[in-house]
Amino acid sequence: MLLRYAGQRILMLIPVSICISLVIFMIVHMLPGDPIDNLLRIGSSPQERALMTAKYGLDQSLFSQYLLWMGAMFQGDFGQAIVLRRPVADLISQNLPYSLTLGALAFAFSSVVGMLLGTLSTVVKSPMMERFVRGFILLGSTVPSFWLALLMILAFAVTLDWFPVSGAKGWESLVLPVLTIGFGGVALVARVTRVALMDAKREDFVMLLHAKGLAPSVILWRHLFPHALLPVVTILALRIGWILGGAVTVEFVFGRPGLGSLLIRALGQRDYPVVQGCLLMLALAVMLGTLIGDLAQASMDPRVREAKK
Amino acid sequence: MIDQKKSKGFMRAFKEHSVVRAFGSVLGKVSGGMMILLVFVAIFAPWIAPFDYAAQNLMNANLAPSWPHLLGTDEFGRDVLSRLIYGARTSLSVSAAAIFISISAGMTLGAAAGYFGGAFERVVMTVVDLTWSFPDILIALIFVAIIGPGLTSTMFAIAIAYLAQFTRLTRAQIVRLKSETFIEATINLGAKPSHILLRHLLPNALAPVIVVGMLAIGDGIVLEATLGFFGLGAQPPTPSWGAMMSSGTAQLFLAPWVIIFPGVIIALTVISVNLFGDELIRSLDIRERMREN
Amino acid sequence: MLAVQDLGVAFGDIEPLSSVSFALERGEILGIVGESGSGKSLTAMSVMGLLPLQGGRITRGSVNFDGQELTRLPEKEYRKLRGGRIGLITQNPMTSLDPLQKIGIQIDSVIELHLGLNRTQARARTVDILGSLRIPEPSLICDRYPHQMSGGMKQRIVIAMALAADPDLLIADEPTTALDVTVQAQIIKLLKDLVKERDLALILITHDMSVVAQTCDKVVVMYAGRAIEQGDVQAIFHRPQHPYTQALIQCIPHGLAKGQKLTGIKGVVPTVKNYPQGCAFHPRCERAQAICSQQQPAFISVENSFEGLRTATAGSTMKSTVACHFPGEQA
Repeated sequence: MLLRYAGQRILMLIPVSICISLVIFMIVHMLPGDPIDNLLRIGSSPQERALMTAKYGLDQSLFSQYLLWMGAMFQGDFGQAIVLRRPVADLISQNLPYSLTLGALAFAFSSVVGMLLGTLSTVVKSPMMERFVRGFILLGSTVPSFWLALLMILAFAVTLDWFPVSGAKGWESLVLPVLTIGFGGVALVARVTRVALMDAKREDFVMLLHAKGLAPSVILWRHLFPHALLPVVTILALRIGWILGGAVTVEFVFGRPGLGSLLIRALGQRDYPVVQGCLLMLALAVMLGTLIGDLAQASMDPRVREAKK
Repeated sequence: MIDQKKSKGFMRAFKEHSVVRAFGSVLGKVSGGMMILLVFVAIFAPWIAPFDYAAQNLMNANLAPSWPHLLGTDEFGRDVLSRLIYGARTSLSVSAAAIFISISAGMTLGAAAGYFGGAFERVVMTVVDLTWSFPDILIALIFVAIIGPGLTSTMFAIAIAYLAQFTRLTRAQIVRLKSETFIEATINLGAKPSHILLRHLLPNALAPVIVVGMLAIGDGIVLEATLGFFGLGAQPPTPSWGAMMSSGTAQLFLAPWVIIFPGVIIALTVISVNLFGDELIRSLDIRERMREN
Repeated sequence: MLAVQDLGVAFGDIEPLSSVSFALERGEILGIVGESGSGKSLTAMSVMGLLPLQGGRITRGSVNFDGQELTRLPEKEYRKLRGGRIGLITQNPMTSLDPLQKIGIQIDSVIELHLGLNRTQARARTVDILGSLRIPEPSLICDRYPHQMSGGMKQRIVIAMALAADPDLLIADEPTTALDVTVQAQIIKLLKDLVKERDLALILITHDMSVVAQTCDKVVVMYAGRAIEQGDVQAIFHRPQHPYTQALIQCIPHGLAKGQKLTGIKGVVPTVKNYPQGCAFHPRCERAQAICSQQQPAFISVENSFEGLRTATAGSTMKSTVACHFPGEQA
């Protein structure tokens, strides 16, 4: 049952991917400015310009450019970076590991701490705890991440000198970025967990669980928690794309390499193929995220498995 | 519901208005008061600010908070407090205008998709779902990259980043309302689609959209600040909270107050917008309808 | 085996339930009737010890179950009774089962918990119980999820769950309200048979007087959080003393002579926050006098002779208790 659902869900990705690739292709070609300008020395002749344009396929029609691009992509060829003069695939594979490490750590941190905090705030019945968590959620979801990153540097890297200010050498350089990205994530996950748990508590069947004589801890972990997990998983799955792409600001402040930094630089230099490659990777992450989320949800909730037959 | 109010006295209707009721609690008073104060400061900035926001004085560069520069000065000797006060103008107006554009466009799209359904709805919702699962900062960055940096493009970038949210919400409301008895009755009585949409569906869908819009103004301020921080928003010497921090980064160790205070103000603003939004949701009693988003 | 004495319940400073008393023996079915909001379900929750879950507490009185005083029972001991010796059947089978767990597991867990059986033994027992409730293919049903079954089937599952650990007392809170009429009759019949077969005591909470008449041995009529009249089912139905009880019986649609009007009760049930002073029923009562709005009526015992009544054994007497200033049969 689950396998069939997974199969259908994966098939659905095909039209979505085509749609995404078209959108990305169009966006990139709406970018103003001519990358050829960056490549030519001042005073180059029109002949040199035409030669350069032809070399990168920029003289053909949009549609054939799209087909060429897609065809190459299936062979693992993301094109040649115009300004950086290297294969885009190389650039991406060079930067991706940094993004993945940061993303994975921030993701793990925010989901574990967030769920813990959200659960604590509903289980521990003390006004202090409740106020603390609510305050934390409010702060975490409102404070701008680049500002938080700056404060972190100021407090832990400059004043206390515990961690390096920037760069990507060693695990120490990961602590502050992970905390910065994680802060917002923890708040989000804690909020969703809290709301979902309180909703689950109000369900009718909980009364019957108590009437069965089950201990409150059993009811919490074996029945309420799985229910609360459903929306949390959805949010977390969406978060995969957010953490990879939304890390732009944090990567920028901490001077870390990564997909986000690469994209920002490419946007600034109007390096089409690199922008295309980065956006495609991010879109892929978002799609994979929702796919994983849906599959996880289907494996937990029998109603989902059948509804989408 | 609304007609009943007309017969009551004006003061009574005023007191019972949900926006006024949102001020009822302590949180509502504090957060609502903070918002009113900010708008007031933004409007009357020239009379409130102690110094000219653009006046440079290199002799006074990077002064720590002290009299007469209460919040210190930046690397050009400009008064941080005055720049914050003028910055409120930029940040609030850009964000509010952006959200207004976003709501108008989103409601139109969402209402059309929800009302007409069919292939049109599918196409709109596919695109919306796609952008919705993309980080808003990325959408804004790409857009600014297309049309170039500046306050106008920041505004449109924010509008586009939140478009998906309003489209989704409006469509959800319309779809829900369409199945309700009174709308079905109106349709069966032969009312024109435009009449049903404008007189019945949209007014009923408005409350949640407005509240989400208010909350989004908070997010919009953060987004504006982030773009400004990347140097893509307000261009010097125009003061904006984000741009102030952008130029302050280089001085982070020398004059931390230049970035600390704008961040505090942004956080305070966004927190009060959120708290007041919560109170509004409570007083309008639309928590259930907000869930559909 | 169950004796409730002068029970009072409070939520904050609101007292939605006061001076409720009744007793019940094995093999008996006690009906608790009343309109919604009269405190029927609260009574059930008090016996189950589940009031704190909803934010309420018992303020007065005693609940005695087989010699054990439940109002002072530690929570840990109480958990052994719940599901073990007292089973609960809830109102809405659609939402009473955990939608994420297979049905078998939900029943097994009660058996494992209270009877200390291992997994396979528990499953065998689950299948047995499902079979005894005339559920077809019980071992297949165990691997199904709640959303795959009909309402009537789900209610049978809930009943199976309540019976799983072989309880002595069953509390059924409006067990048929959410079901189709045809299924309602089946479930009521099932409950009735179970009481006979297993020598259970059953508290049947309902707003349906005709169900009470067909099933119960004893009746408690509740109004605004008080048990205003109670007694043997014969006494209540043939010699009702309280005007409210009389009105309820008149509301039963069948058994009317042709042309006789079907009556409803004028007015509405008072909400917990504004119980009227004195007798709570007086604003809706035709017999009301000045005293009814000032003083709460005391409980009066009434003994009825049933001579001349076809249904009763000749010469027997039936007892009932009523709280009314002007009790008596309808004029």
